[in-house]
Amino acid sequence: MDWYPLWNSLRIAAISSVLVFFAGIAAAYYAARLPRAVKGLLDVVLTLPMVLPPTVCGYFLLLIFGTRRPLGAWLAQFGIRFVMNWYGGVLAAAVVSFPLMYRTARGAFESFDETLAHAGQTLGLSNTYIFWRIRMPACRQGILAGAVLAFARALGEYGATSMLIGYTPGRTATISTTVYQLWRTNDEAGAMRWVLVNLAISAAVLLAVNLLEDRQRKKAVKR
Amino acid sequence: MSLTVDIQKDYGDFRLDVNFSTSGGILGLLGASGSGKSRTLNCIAGIDKPYSGRIELNGKVLFDSEHHIDLPPQKRQVGFLFQNYALFPNMTVRQNILCGMHGEKDHARKEEKLRRTVALLGLEGLENRRPYALSGGQQQRAALARILVSEPELLLLDEPFSALDSHLRERLQMELRGLLAEFGRDVLLVTHSRDEAYCLCENIAVLDAGRVAAHKPSAALFADPGCPAAAVLTGCKNIVPAQKCGEFAVQIPDWGICLQTGVPVRDGVQAVGIRAHAFYPAVPGGAPNAFAVEKCGEMAEPFERVFSFRFAGQSPAAQLVWWRMPTTDCPDVFPAALALNPMDVMLLY
Repeated sequence: MDWYPLWNSLRIAAISSVLVFFAGIAAAYYAARLPRAVKGLLDVVLTLPMVLPPTVCGYFLLLIFGTRRPLGAWLAQFGIRFVMNWYGGVLAAAVVSFPLMYRTARGAFESFDETLAHAGQTLGLSNTYIFWRIRMPACRQGILAGAVLAFARALGEYGATSMLIGYTPGRTATISTTVYQLWRTNDEAGAMRWVLVNLAISAAVLLAVNLLEDRQRKKAVKR
Repeated sequence: MSLTVDIQKDYGDFRLDVNFSTSGGILGLLGASGSGKSRTLNCIAGIDKPYSGRIELNGKVLFDSEHHIDLPPQKRQVGFLFQNYALFPNMTVRQNILCGMHGEKDHARKEEKLRRTVALLGLEGLENRRPYALSGGQQQRAALARILVSEPELLLLDEPFSALDSHLRERLQMELRGLLAEFGRDVLLVTHSRDEAYCLCENIAVLDAGRVAAHKPSAALFADPGCPAAAVLTGCKNIVPAQKCGEFAVQIPDWGICLQTGVPVRDGVQAVGIRAHAFYPAVPGGAPNAFAVEKCGEMAEPFERVFSFRFAGQSPAAQLVWWRMPTTDCPDVFPAALALNPMDVMLLY
């Protein structure tokens, strides 16, 4: 069995999750500070990929990054082609999973008690310190939940990925595109193998999250 | 040591226009909720930005709209004790206090200061607890320790006792009094409780609808509030419109009587305030300001009796008058007349 789809899926999900983690937090943090009207508009734009069918997102990505489009052509000069390359999958997964991170992080930030930040400021703590050592730990639960959701979504991404990078065995194949391809070509046993692999990963992720939460709860009780 | 505050800001339907200065000691900002007390503190600490004005602390300009000076909260050296204490929940008491000494790099000095402050505030043995594992009083002391190690030039206390049980409150007020005396710098205490303000503050500024309505030494404010808002906030129960009708007399249309006053009445008197405990039993006409009254209601408190009554000539629409006295002094029969020392008639302008 060729394990390339597993490796490819994991790296796409991992890289896109890291990108989305920071981008989502930054967007959520700054969006919370914007005037209401601007915030509403930005919210629509940033959340759209969650509501649109993934194939529509893929279509938009092709419109922007297709090698005959201005931006795509410009990037191609530097050898960066998102179309039909594995790292295009990172782009597709990141776009589709971004709203999940953004929305959960924003919810967490909005429920944060601002007096804690104010207290830090009057004590002379820098805003950077306050962000990483006070705000983030206080919002940890929501942010962690967002990251897990985003990772899971990235791992299962099919629509935008297949539009942008297609299915090339050993080059762009991911678990989900492989399952579809094998099933389409009547290799039901092969499809089943990958379904089981996917099940195992998903179960492992959920188990890890539960363990992490349990440990934190126990630590909190002990103190 | 001095603090000068002169700030203006519009919050839609509310306008803050506060102007006061203090030179040392504890100044109380007394006001009802929504009077702008907390907003004033926020502006002084730099959490909120006034639209215009100037804030100066010990010769250092913290904010000046004309010269475009607006120091960030980090640079103001203003300690802020928040109503909910705002201890960082993810840190232990020790880590919380260390946050107040972020600038101190000398490890030994840091530890020494930490040890001293923990001892001063009676937090020994609690250093490794998280805030939620502390009682309300301990949280308050931990938050105060965190502020004291940061060596602020000014300390702002926002309703410091509102989060505490009433039986704890008095003990902690006493403790805080001692601590603040030791602190020895300017303190601004925001409260809506006249008792807190009176116990803890040398001077009190009364805030009403975003403005300073009165600013006096505490005892003077309670003796002569000077304006209706201050009378209400110092706990005066009977406030009634009045008109000047003589150099030492005011007419009270609502009560149908004319009261003699202890001090000359100036023009433009709006109302008089009479504290509920100022009345005493008398016979009609037997003393200055003795009038026939009629009992309307009665209530027993643990150590005091409270009556509501009306004067014989009182208009039916006017509010009932309050009278209270210690239970031990209470007469068996409600008197036919009550009198009032002219000095107890507080003139409000």
